Amino acid sequence: MQKVIMGNHALSWGALLSRAEVIAAYPITPQTEVVELLSNMCADGSLKAKFIKVESEHSAMAASMGASAAGARTFTATSSQGLALMHEVLHWATGARLPIVMGNINRAMAPPWTIWTEQTDSIAQRDTGWIQIYTSSIQEIMDSVIQAYKVAEQIYIPAMVVLDSFVLSHTNENCEVPDQDKVDAYLPRFENAYKLDTEKPAAFGGLTGPDWYYELRYKIERDIQKAIPLFEETGKEFGEMFGRHYGMLETYKLDDADTVLVTSASIASTARPVIDAMREEGHKVGLIRIRVFRPFPSELLRKLLAGRKKVLVVDRNISFGMSGAFYAETKAALYNEKKAPPMWGYIAGLGGRDVPMDVVKGMIEQTIKEDHPTEDIIWIGVKR
Amino acid sequence: MSEEIKWEKESDMPLMAMSLGRMTVNKTGSWRNLRPVLDREKCNKCGICWKFCPDVSIEMDDEDYPVVDLSFCKGCGICAVECPKDAIEMVKEE
Repeated sequence: MQKVIMGNHALSWGALLSRAEVIAAYPITPQTEVVELLSNMCADGSLKAKFIKVESEHSAMAASMGASAAGARTFTATSSQGLALMHEVLHWATGARLPIVMGNINRAMAPPWTIWTEQTDSIAQRDTGWIQIYTSSIQEIMDSVIQAYKVAEQIYIPAMVVLDSFVLSHTNENCEVPDQDKVDAYLPRFENAYKLDTEKPAAFGGLTGPDWYYELRYKIERDIQKAIPLFEETGKEFGEMFGRHYGMLETYKLDDADTVLVTSASIASTARPVIDAMREEGHKVGLIRIRVFRPFPSELLRKLLAGRKKVLVVDRNISFGMSGAFYAETKAALYNEKKAPPMWGYIAGLGGRDVPMDVVKGMIEQTIKEDHPTEDIIWIGVKR
Repeated sequence: MSEEIKWEKESDMPLMAMSLGRMTVNKTGSWRNLRPVLDREKCNKCGICWKFCPDVSIEMDDEDYPVVDLSFCKGCGICAVECPKDAIEMVKEE
């Protein structure tokens, strides 16, 4: 079925198609239309799920944990300050190994009050052990919710599907809504092997000393790494069934590129026609869109970037006191490579500042012009 | 089920901190400062101490007198406070 869908609602459709059984969400600011539509779907019976209204995002994640521990496929959604309020429970969801899927709309953090897009809210949660998928189209948002469950439930790791506020969240695009029976075949019912069971009572999350806590952390890291081949396998399977392929990252005109732009989310969409235009001018430029940021595709990036002439990374986020997160991590992944290219790190578009094609082009041109980066952070368009 | 489960390596354990048996193997009475001592002369076997003990550390013996399992009792003193006959005295642990 073809349907024009708004970015926020693409998350709701993803949860509907995934047959989420419990949705726990805080319904007020900074909540979006994601859960508004989900509550309608629950009310009219199209989604057979329990909708739990809670008093905060912290409670939303706590209730989601309870539902997931009971074996239910669980969905929630939030944004910016709401995600920050969840922070403590995000660690709990990972440590308890609950494959919850959450939608997060990337909004800049306050103060000052803002509602416009920036990735710092989700980047600040990168160490909680959640899988993070940064999407770049409305179709991909819907598809990613389905794939997120498919990956998360195999490794018992929670996942967040992330989208830019407004640029994606309030944009309407024509989407292919897959048939429910095909989605059911791709994503069968989840059987939680560790669920709460009155036949086999057990205590969860109890005090664990230095003798075994370390091993539990080892197992989280070992299993989140399994998501890398899983994203490739399940993305290929998704492509065979639905005609759209998804992996850890997306490449565009990369093969012979000597200068490579690495970025994420909607800036990558803006960059594609810029790459086309610059190639017509004779520049050998290419693009890598990092789709899955956690786990980070270090090995893939080493293969794709080692030996290139120059790399620039554009971040719509900032880790204060260091640099953009995608830049820092891409650099770190390449550090031990003999043929690691010099890398430029640009910060652009914070707080929803527009990043149009000429700005993207300017960053690529500056990279081509310079021999070597001179600063850890290159600011674009600061009024100074 | 009440035997302690020994792990050798990470693959012996579940993915998360999850009990595989009963918690009775996990002795938790070691940090007690005060110990309840029963005066059988005063006790009328009403069972109120048994009912109130928050750690289920009191069992009734064959003669229906309460007996405190000191491997779990934390010495909170609720039994002594609730006892209608003042038959339980909290004594400092040496």
